Amino acid sequence: MTLDPLQILDVAFLAMLLVIAFAIVRLNNLFAVVMLTGVYSLVSAVWLLVLDAVDVSFTEAAVGAGVSTVLMLGAMLLTAREAKPVSASRRLGPLAVSIAAGAALFYALPDLPPYGAADTPANSYVGLEYLERTGTDTHIPNVVTAVLASYRGFDTFGETVVIFAAGLGVMLLLGLNGRKKKEDSK
Amino acid sequence: MTEYWFYLAASLGLLLSMALMLARLLSGPTLYDRTLAVNSFGTKTVLFLCMFGFVIDRSDGVDIALLYALINFVATIAILKFFRYRALDIALARMGTEPLNGERQ
Repeated sequence: MTLDPLQILDVAFLAMLLVIAFAIVRLNNLFAVVMLTGVYSLVSAVWLLVLDAVDVSFTEAAVGAGVSTVLMLGAMLLTAREAKPVSASRRLGPLAVSIAAGAALFYALPDLPPYGAADTPANSYVGLEYLERTGTDTHIPNVVTAVLASYRGFDTFGETVVIFAAGLGVMLLLGLNGRKKKEDSK
Repeated sequence: MTEYWFYLAASLGLLLSMALMLARLLSGPTLYDRTLAVNSFGTKTVLFLCMFGFVIDRSDGVDIALLYALINFVATIAILKFFRYRALDIALARMGTEPLNGERQ
């Protein structure tokens, strides 16, 4: 079995993710934890790029490393700077849930197609159609972009409208004119 | 083919420097060490993406590296703003007029 040199990068990034995840669990300094979650997203985004999933990587970088870090900082402003250590007995429940979820994932692992296989379900049926016809149908060089923005354009448009409405609702609930009220009360 | 190994070795070197930044981020000790480590980690990521574009022989790497550089910049600005003013909802243009100690109430 020969090792693809790019798999060295995969292993290195996964090891980095593991280190960061353990550090997030162990550290009590909330500012360091916020920084580490941002770095975790950044590393996973790069790792997804190494796996050639550019669209997922873009989303992870913009949402995970960019916006969430800022939102977590904002959330930290409302709480303490240090986390209180949790007693050992209260850690057992979450540990059991984590182990159960991990065991379920390992149970599902053998059913996955092998890494880099050409005859996976995703590459066998309608996927081939998209690969063949995207160039002539839409003239978009990236097939994922063509599927999202052209073949499923109305679907994407609907999703955008839903997210816009949800964001608008949250902003209205939290109050867009909070600062104005403060100035009025002075 | 020799170029491929050269680019791969350079990528691994950048990975090593990312690991060093991670060590500084974990050990601290001050918040400014951590902020600088995060910023530098982002820079190393951008450089790695550029180099990885050469490894896989596609130019996409540079485009994505540009996006990551922008995100890194915005995140660092947000963190420094947090340090200075303890709040994120102050407009950048108003910053000069705020009190120095950052207490708003």
